[in-house]
Amino acid sequence: MIQRPGKLPQARPRTQAAAYSGIPAWVRALAVLAAVVVVLPLLAMVLRVDWTQFIPLVTSEPSLTALGLSLRTSAASTLLCILLGVPLALVLARDSFRLQGLLRALVLLPLVLPPVVGGIALLYTFGRQGLLGQTLEVLGLRIAFSTTAVVLAQTFVALPFLVVSLEGALRTSGSRYEAVAATLGARPGTVFRRVTLPLVLPGLASGAVLSFARSLGEFGATLTFAGSLQGVTRTLPLEIYLQRETDPDAAVALSLVLVAVAVAVVALAYRQPAAARAGAGQRTTTAAPAGGDVR
Amino acid sequence: MTLSFQAAVAGRGFDVDLAVRPGETVAVMGPNGAGKSTLLASIAGLLRPDSGRAELNGRTLFDLDGGKPSWVPPHHRGTALLAQEPLLFPHLSAVDNVSFGPRSAGVPKRDAKERALRWLAEVEAEHLAGRRPAELSGGQAQRVAVARALAADPALLLLDEPLAALDIHSAPLLRRLFKRVLAGRQAIIVTHDVLDALVLADRVVILEDGKVAEEGPTRAVLERPRSSFAAGLAGLNFIPGTLDGAGVRTSQGLRIAGHDEDLGGSGEPGRLPGSGGPGVAVFPPSAVSVFLDDAHGSPWNSFAVTITDLEPHGDQIRVRAGSLAADITPAASADLGLAPGMTVHFVVKAAAVSVYGT
Repeated sequence: MIQRPGKLPQARPRTQAAAYSGIPAWVRALAVLAAVVVVLPLLAMVLRVDWTQFIPLVTSEPSLTALGLSLRTSAASTLLCILLGVPLALVLARDSFRLQGLLRALVLLPLVLPPVVGGIALLYTFGRQGLLGQTLEVLGLRIAFSTTAVVLAQTFVALPFLVVSLEGALRTSGSRYEAVAATLGARPGTVFRRVTLPLVLPGLASGAVLSFARSLGEFGATLTFAGSLQGVTRTLPLEIYLQRETDPDAAVALSLVLVAVAVAVVALAYRQPAAARAGAGQRTTTAAPAGGDVR
Repeated sequence: MTLSFQAAVAGRGFDVDLAVRPGETVAVMGPNGAGKSTLLASIAGLLRPDSGRAELNGRTLFDLDGGKPSWVPPHHRGTALLAQEPLLFPHLSAVDNVSFGPRSAGVPKRDAKERALRWLAEVEAEHLAGRRPAELSGGQAQRVAVARALAADPALLLLDEPLAALDIHSAPLLRRLFKRVLAGRQAIIVTHDVLDALVLADRVVILEDGKVAEEGPTRAVLERPRSSFAAGLAGLNFIPGTLDGAGVRTSQGLRIAGHDEDLGGSGEPGRLPGSGGPGVAVFPPSAVSVFLDDAHGSPWNSFAVTITDLEPHGDQIRVRAGSLAADITPAASADLGLAPGMTVHFVVKAAAVSVYGT
């Protein structure tokens, strides 16, 4: 019974026939262009992969070492992001204190800062000549150009992702459940563990996944602050960059591995769009003070 | 077992003095923004007043007047709060919600669950124990929320319009439930519904603009309101002014004649007529007749008003003129050709007007 009415005013895609979207045609065209900008290079890369050599290239000893190092350091930095980012997001979302806005802006800075600059900043903090470096040196700790430095660099660039996503979730959920829990006799620690954390778990999960992805792809800060020592600081992105000079096929193959991981991560983060996006997307609509409404 | 509370919040123009006696349920009523929620939040510890002090059962809740201010955090107050929405923790089952209070107090898991099931049975929600809040109807969720608040064994139960969000079928059931569980329990219930005050509360406190406008036994307040809000609740016309003989003179110079109605010694007697102090004239809309002209003798009060609204009221027509109202039959309304904007005369017999000092 595919009998379409003879005249549809400006035929629109059939899948969206139900609700009027009000999007002009030229906006649609530009949106398609945007998608092409993102997808086309990936496609070009996939087309360039030498499939006959793919497995040997990816499983070569330096590749596996780099991949292993990447996974380990990214896992560690994600853990560090959760450990430090959850308290920071909570303080930013629920507390009110002087210079709170400034703190929020500063914490988000690594999102927009070139990673190289972050690396230099870290070098002048933890490096041998750095702010804390000399003290650490006395204690026998040398951080720069070590695996620890890789983790620190990744944490530096990935922390904002977790904080932004979690702070949004915290603001959206408000503090009314926490207020009720407190009047039921729960001390702040109990409220945090049994009410706040479970309520923002989706936001925390998507924030952690994004942090992991950002850590995995970290290049500039790592190279500047940690260098490129095989097995110690040469993560997968650094390995790809190095291979590009000598063996372009290997670089492409390893790039594809990173793309695959990234796709998996994004799919994981946005598996429950409702919950996760409520966390990340609705920050602007929750300006109303969360603490004051105790109705 | 008492609550004494006095607090001020400058930013909200809030300054309230309130006491709850042992086993007493107090209804707090008042227009929106009168400070009802501020009152509950201050008692529960969710809001820190600027000054004042409060004590519950001999324990200080806060004392911000002395040299070194003290303030007890909400989780040490024993004042469970039940809001308009149930606010059940969405990630916990009904029984885990109810056992949240006991668990927080350190009761072992099994005992807490047992206690939770007992309270669920008390609110006739035992069969809902395993359900998640998302699987409960509004009335069911509020019943579970009641059980959760009671399971925390609060010294004082704070209810913030607990029936307001319920549909017309669930509300009576919940009201019966409250009637049962509030008996002999110290509680404050904020409500917009005069029925809640009558059925559930021993005493009513009327808040207006952040102050206590009047308080007393619910029935007495409704019979002899001293605030326009209480008069509105009771459905009475309310004209404030100065006492003048057996009448009240308004600030516009209009004199409403009435009779001084003493409560027969049960309540505080009204001030002697003619004292010149503040007083009110109160009369029911049913005692008011509506005429097009002004032609009545001295036992009658007659004043010109402009009709603002006509609305059905039972089998009568309620004629509203600003804050005053008259109830007349539809036939009379049709005969007079009443319409909003018309100027008519409200006429009421002096014998139907109660006059007393405030």
